[in-house]
Amino acid sequence: MFSKVFSGALKGIDGSLIQVEADVGSGLPGFQLVGYLASEVKEAQDRVRTAIKNAGFRLSAMKVTINLSPANVRKEGTAFDLPIAVAVLSAYGQIEKTDLLRDSAFIGELGLDGSVKPVTGTLSLMTAFRDAGLKRCFLPVLNLQEGLAIEGIDVIPVKRLSELVPMLNSQQLQPAGRCKPGSERPQTEYAIDYREVNGQRLLKRATEVAVAGHHNILYIGPAGSGKSMIASRIPTIMPPLSSKERLEVSKVYSVCGMLPRGKALLTERPFRSPHHTISPQALTGGGKVPRPGEISLASRGVLFLDEFPEFQRRTIEVLRQPLEERRITISRAYGACEFPADFMMAAAMNPCPCGFYPDRSRCTCQDSQIRRYMGKISRPLLDRIDICVEAAPVTFREVRGEEENESSAAIRRRVEAAWKIQRERFEAMDFCFNSEMSGKEIKQYCVLQKEEEAFLQEAYQKLGLSARGCQRILKVARTIADLDGAERIGIEQLGEAAGYRGLEEKYWGREEY
Amino acid sequence: MQEQLQNKIMLYWLCQVPKMGAVTIRKLWEHFQSFTDIYNIEETKLQESGLLTAAQLASIKAWKGRLGECMEAYQKLASRNIHFITPLDEAYPDRLRELYDYPMGLYVKGRLPAAEQPSVAIVGARGCSAYGGQVAGEFARVLAQEQVQVISGLASGIDSAAHNGALRAGFPTFGVLGCGVNVCYPPSNYSLFEAMVNCGGVLSEYPPGEQPAPGHFPRRNRIISGLADVVLVVEARERSGSLITAELGLEQGKEVYAVPGRVTDALSAGCNRLIEQGAGVAISPGVILDCLGLKHGKKLILHENNINGLAKKEKMVYSCLDLNPKHLDEVANACGLSVKECMGILFRLELAGHITQTASHYYGKNIRK
Repeated sequence: MFSKVFSGALKGIDGSLIQVEADVGSGLPGFQLVGYLASEVKEAQDRVRTAIKNAGFRLSAMKVTINLSPANVRKEGTAFDLPIAVAVLSAYGQIEKTDLLRDSAFIGELGLDGSVKPVTGTLSLMTAFRDAGLKRCFLPVLNLQEGLAIEGIDVIPVKRLSELVPMLNSQQLQPAGRCKPGSERPQTEYAIDYREVNGQRLLKRATEVAVAGHHNILYIGPAGSGKSMIASRIPTIMPPLSSKERLEVSKVYSVCGMLPRGKALLTERPFRSPHHTISPQALTGGGKVPRPGEISLASRGVLFLDEFPEFQRRTIEVLRQPLEERRITISRAYGACEFPADFMMAAAMNPCPCGFYPDRSRCTCQDSQIRRYMGKISRPLLDRIDICVEAAPVTFREVRGEEENESSAAIRRRVEAAWKIQRERFEAMDFCFNSEMSGKEIKQYCVLQKEEEAFLQEAYQKLGLSARGCQRILKVARTIADLDGAERIGIEQLGEAAGYRGLEEKYWGREEY
Repeated sequence: MQEQLQNKIMLYWLCQVPKMGAVTIRKLWEHFQSFTDIYNIEETKLQESGLLTAAQLASIKAWKGRLGECMEAYQKLASRNIHFITPLDEAYPDRLRELYDYPMGLYVKGRLPAAEQPSVAIVGARGCSAYGGQVAGEFARVLAQEQVQVISGLASGIDSAAHNGALRAGFPTFGVLGCGVNVCYPPSNYSLFEAMVNCGGVLSEYPPGEQPAPGHFPRRNRIISGLADVVLVVEARERSGSLITAELGLEQGKEVYAVPGRVTDALSAGCNRLIEQGAGVAISPGVILDCLGLKHGKKLILHENNINGLAKKEKMVYSCLDLNPKHLDEVANACGLSVKECMGILFRLELAGHITQTASHYYGKNIRK
């Protein structure tokens, strides 16, 4: 007898519908599994056979053939165990009513005892099922919350194979109830807060400006000056994720099996801080079947690169394109996948190999050493960093201080207002932040009055700014004006923006001997 | 005429031979009177002179076959804008002839210091403080304004600051390199290097293409002090190459001056030591000018900029600064302004030339005469 059930395969962070066909017929007894399968899918036959037996079903010795169609799509993962089991049982006639199967999908891994275990990528698969017009999905209990996040399709949690079959036979389905909308709101309460950061007023202000305009930022300072502390708190001043963003980011985490247990969607903006030994593939994503990398995991959040010059040149260079395009396409043997990569980059580095520069009384590095250190960072990448700040030496008063610092919530309110202004400004564009403005938009939105124009000209000539440097100042000045709620860019905003230009710029991208 | 040229080319050849130092070449010259002879003479005669070691003899022998190559290179020097000046030439600086180990050949880009004009060597630490750099620059600028040629080593730190200061006054300044004159070391000084070729000159006793090596720098120091009438040390640690220059200057009978520093300052320890040993105390450029016997107008004392005419807040921020650069946070805390406001004001002060940003977000006052 032939039977067919629906399941799904992952490609990148998108799911696609897969039909699991099973046929039971006479012939030499055996279990044949076909359809362009990865080895973990091929192994499913042993798990399924044993699980079926331990779930209490007796199957007579017959020839069983299973095909996963379309047969030209590579299938990976363990989510096919459950649909294969259901297809086999149905082909054997153990499931009597098959009309339910026509608009249901199944995902889940089987244990040898017939228990149903969680799988990755539920969000993407569920989206695919809903878009294909299926009415319900049977999935592992532990993936229930994730499944519920997708609306427009019923979710039926399954604990064991043995209880699934009676459920299907009785046709008494109990879709899991959805929690009241809004009960899982994006989080604005964080375990960490800017209130805990004493001193470093410049770094905090610069971070606020950077977040407000989605500018990339570079912190320079000795070890222990609070660079990482400040960077790790960036998500706390970012406005909460919109529901569209949450779904997009959560899909990435779901595919990687990194969603927090029992949570449907990511509630906090991601903060990723890969170690500097990371490979280019781990950063961008890769693998025979492409999987998302750190930049995609940091999407809609922060990618923090500590010890920036210690990263391999090759690793850092791959960031250039995603920084521009806000997404990345990975092409590998089994196809090309596109992942989101819309992150804010924060980088941190020491000012020199010993860390004490510019305190010449303590720094023993030679100028050439300092320049070589600075030169490790590639110029094209630094051109994409709008804000560059140096950490102040921490005073004892600040270390021990109990002074009242501004909370993340207060900063976030200002950032939110600035984001709102930018959203309205760039409504018709395909981007929404000042940092993404190109020459044309800068001309349109960074209009200077006569006085300001003269000021900028003077700065350009006296300080030897580059054309790009000038544009960066304008973009940052626009953001500062947005933070101030000012329509026009004034001298103060220009002055502050100019202060964020990297002074060591001239050394960048020049590795010396 | 032809003979003289021939003689000079032979000297050029001899300068290219490895293991031949300035003193050895000079002694050979005194012994044989002609470089052409030195080339043509038999090896035994050279040996008999007793001036050469076995290694040097072997080296000369090996290089005899490369004369043609050397001649070609010599002809090409002119097209590379490099002058080869030897003691045979009138253009050779008289100040150097007095040295025991005067260089037998100088490769020059630009020109050489004029004999009739006073010159001062300004030397100091490569990793100088922002304050030291400013002092060196201002001393050089004031001296150059009074028609004094500033000599230094085109290294980073004090050397560059001094050259730059002299160039600000638009007066020729001269750099003595520890590598070939077509090699810019450190490479970051390239624009300064170019400017000096046009206004003043760079010179070296090492042939073009020679890469910088640790041993070269102490040796070129004798040329720096030799070309100067006064040696001024601005900032130097207790054990520093600048002290070698000062010592060589003393041996050559030059006046040595040092800029005094705080007693706790490691970067000034060398200068203070010199003063303790009897060096002149360079409290202002005027002291140096007096020493050179140059008349100058009003007192030349270095001080901070005149800040009359600044707005109230700008004055406030300025008064929180120091010659030692401070981080923006410190400034903002000291004057009680927000980071945002402080940054704008500092930027304006920087544009107006009152202060300098020495490293990112570190600001220090400027010194002016």
